[in-house]
Amino acid sequence: MESVFSPFLSLDFSPHEKYIATCLAAAGSLFASRPESSGFVLMDVTTHDVLLVGGGGAGLRAAIAVSEFNPNLKVAVVSKVYPMRSHTVSAEGGAAGVIKSDDSLDEHAYDTISGGDWLCDQDAVEAFVKEAPQELLQLEHWGCPWSRQEDGHIAVRPFGGMKKMRTWFAADKTGFHMLHTLFQTTMKYNAIFRYDEWFVTKLLVDDGRVQGVVAIELMSGKIQAITAKSVILCAGGCGRVFPFTTNASIKTGDGMGLAYRAGAPLKDMEFIQYHPTGLPFTGILITEAARAEGGYLVNKDGYRYLQDYNLGTPTAKPVLRSMELGPRDRLSQAFVKEQEKGRTIDGPYGPVVHLDLRHLGEKLINAKLPFVRELCTKYQNVDPVHELIPVRPVIHYMMGGVSTDINGATPLPGLFAAGEVACVSINGANRLGSNSLPELLVFGARAGKAAAEFASSAKPISNSILAQAFDEQRRIENQFLRNTTGRERTSTLREEMQTTMETSAGIYRTESSLAAGAKTLRQLQERSDNLSLDDHSLTFNTDLVAALELSFMLDVAESMVQSALQRTESRGAHQRTDFPKRNDEKFLAHSLVFRAADGRPRVEYLPVTITRWPPGERVYGQPAQKAGAS
Amino acid sequence: MADTIKLEVSRYSPETDAAPHFQSFEVPFRRDWVVLDALNYIKDKQDGSLTYRWSCRMGICGSCGMLVNGEPKLTCATFLADYAPSPIRVEPLRNFPVVRDLVIAMNDFMRKLQKMKPWLIRKEEKPVSEGEYLQTPEELDTYKQFSMCINCMLCYAACPVYGLDPLFSGPAAIALAQRYNLDSRDQGAKDRFPVLSQHDAIWGCTFVGECTRVCPKHVDPAGAIQQYKLTAALDWVKSIVLPWGGK
Amino acid sequence: MKSAAATPPYTLNHPRWYRKRVSTYWWLQRWEYLRFVLREISSVFVAWFVVLTLMQLYAVSRGPDAYDEFQNFLKNPFIIAFNVISFLFVVFHSITWFNLSARAMSIRVGGKRVPGFLISGPNFAAWLVISAVIAWLLLRE
Repeated sequence: MESVFSPFLSLDFSPHEKYIATCLAAAGSLFASRPESSGFVLMDVTTHDVLLVGGGGAGLRAAIAVSEFNPNLKVAVVSKVYPMRSHTVSAEGGAAGVIKSDDSLDEHAYDTISGGDWLCDQDAVEAFVKEAPQELLQLEHWGCPWSRQEDGHIAVRPFGGMKKMRTWFAADKTGFHMLHTLFQTTMKYNAIFRYDEWFVTKLLVDDGRVQGVVAIELMSGKIQAITAKSVILCAGGCGRVFPFTTNASIKTGDGMGLAYRAGAPLKDMEFIQYHPTGLPFTGILITEAARAEGGYLVNKDGYRYLQDYNLGTPTAKPVLRSMELGPRDRLSQAFVKEQEKGRTIDGPYGPVVHLDLRHLGEKLINAKLPFVRELCTKYQNVDPVHELIPVRPVIHYMMGGVSTDINGATPLPGLFAAGEVACVSINGANRLGSNSLPELLVFGARAGKAAAEFASSAKPISNSILAQAFDEQRRIENQFLRNTTGRERTSTLREEMQTTMETSAGIYRTESSLAAGAKTLRQLQERSDNLSLDDHSLTFNTDLVAALELSFMLDVAESMVQSALQRTESRGAHQRTDFPKRNDEKFLAHSLVFRAADGRPRVEYLPVTITRWPPGERVYGQPAQKAGAS
Repeated sequence: MADTIKLEVSRYSPETDAAPHFQSFEVPFRRDWVVLDALNYIKDKQDGSLTYRWSCRMGICGSCGMLVNGEPKLTCATFLADYAPSPIRVEPLRNFPVVRDLVIAMNDFMRKLQKMKPWLIRKEEKPVSEGEYLQTPEELDTYKQFSMCINCMLCYAACPVYGLDPLFSGPAAIALAQRYNLDSRDQGAKDRFPVLSQHDAIWGCTFVGECTRVCPKHVDPAGAIQQYKLTAALDWVKSIVLPWGGK
Repeated sequence: MKSAAATPPYTLNHPRWYRKRVSTYWWLQRWEYLRFVLREISSVFVAWFVVLTLMQLYAVSRGPDAYDEFQNFLKNPFIIAFNVISFLFVVFHSITWFNLSARAMSIRVGGKRVPGFLISGPNFAAWLVISAVIAWLLLRE
């Protein structure tokens, strides 16, 4: 019964309003205690200072940052899965941070900017490369088991697109160790309150600012408002929009969809990265570290085909920024070209090439790549010590996302974002491997601090958002739970969306493929208003969750295709066969996509911030002497 | 091999059922399919109300733990081919309350994990500007195995002590406490001792060893617990014999 | 500031979790559990052999007649059957004990953990050698 009284007492109402509310609550509770009657049921509301949507690497780091900034601020972490299930856990390769004496921040910045095909905001990259080693060290202080050199110092390994060795790693389970370290560290902070397995369906916006969310407690089906003075989106990327992906089932672009519908723009949505080495059926990632340790990519003739694509000449040992250690977009594009020439191998799930690790020897593979061996043996029935691994490009990372500034703030006051869901942008048109894990930490910490500062000086929550929360509750019930006239199945629409995206917005795109894709997606949007669920229960309704995720994915997919249609150039991961060249005069800018009143995407452009590195050619494969710094 | 295989899946909806019951489904049999693929097929094509947890499908997130023919397994790593042509029985993890179908309630584990103080405890923190705490590869090796726990809770489903005594802290929580105790950078073993050296923690364990057998990441929680029993016993003797000394 | 709506009946607290009762015969439901319970029960038989040894020593201390009585007692077919079963249990106890003790100890030499079979192996070897010596001593005439 207390739960009926307490919510009202925690909002900032005047004493007079609280008195009336309590009386009404008392009256209402007579009905609330008999749920089967169709009497009044009052909605629970809880309130916090800072609310995080998502409990992965960025979310947990931001939560700690808020508590470190001001231990009195109440932090809520609202995640649709338990935090240790977040997709950060599957990252394998490593996290880049400059610590070696022969390395410099400028070199890391140049590698990142050139890797991103000059679409990166250079002020953000400069801040990122400076803070990355500090954040990684902070994580070490919290207990992260980084792999070490013999003398006890942190070890680094080479990685794709990086000219010097600067990738920190924890065996080949870096993301797993980072996430568990962060999660276990958040347990120290009493002010962090977790809402585990609560699905956020909508951002509450009033008075021009974000003031909380509406979320479903999956366990009970209860829908309630959680208000907060600032909200940080850390809900991850959207790989599940495509059919073949390394991403987990939970990567459905929820955070991007929430921001998009609330009126915040999404940035650079056309840039989605294909990772060159994923297993053919499952899409499971074979980490870039396998190539960093010396693996070769060969076609059906056993030929290291990357040498045909301006990526250098083959050498026995890996050379940084050359051949298999080139950037991911170029390697994936090389695969498509090989396929067109008929030099890929036909597997039961489509064309593949082979990753050859046999020459590395069993000892090195067991020491440096044990998880790779385990995954190949188990899921592909192939032992990398003796056999070739079939691989193909699979969707892996979303460079685009909710548009934020260098502190994680979106143009919508009170709304912040960090991690893969956000686009600052430091990754530009193509992300380098091992930049995304430090990105979580650096921008998670920045967004946490900025959100905490915002919350400390924000006005109290408005009274009128509860009405919005009730509307959302009614919408979910009417459109999904109580709808018995729907005709479409969630899984059918999802598969059609995925197929459409692969054919229309894959590695190579054309005007006609994108236009056709946009049309199909519009139709899918309309059909998704007519969904029929198999599950109408309240307890842990995953059918409802899938339907809500589908609607976010359709919004994200439409914004991706529209941005790709309007960018008539090729840059990084966005390759147009009808516009094969990079066009810096017109397109050295980020695409910003807004949701128009009719629900369709509308694209604008925002120039890229250039500080010290004017746009140049992306050069790979040559012995690295050109530092590129001014 | 036949074209299809039968799955008997435990169903339970608290709004309509008093207790779980089994429902049979026929799914296509493919050599590379795991039990999770079969469950997804059922959910997408046959019955969308089938409820279960899953995420990474590569054995690292720990969401998809269930009983397959009575044995705790990660369904993303359990191949249909290993059971075909016999039918496969899929049930929620043993020893946990069932929320719905194959979903169990994990609140108890989360609470017990937090009790163990699974974070690095230092008497004095070094500032980040001074660099990393040095740790040799050998020192890393002492606790590395215990740090591999993905919190899948298969060990809890296998442990008869946890089934009989819900207050028992359980294998994973104690293994994670031991992971920090053995970390050369940690100085909090004394803080964890009062939590660990209890009847409902290490002393409740009777070394059945099932936890280690079912662990998909080879963490060996049974080994962690027995090793800590030795440490705890020695610490207790030391505290009697040398009450003034010690760390 | 009333906020109310006619809504479907939510499970206001939490839904009814199903808790399966653990059967008294839980240890019969899986072979691994049965093996564990048998391992634990084997300690009873170890205790029986201790008692038997004490009875034997007591008989020795009282002289040849008492010892003859003791030997007659041992020749009783029920006692023989019981001792055979006890012997099997004690062997089972020893095997499981050596295997478990290897897992419970973490001995490190030169920075690497000594593998389990190197700890239990010597134990088994010593057991066999000592048993062989005793058997030779007893059977040599």
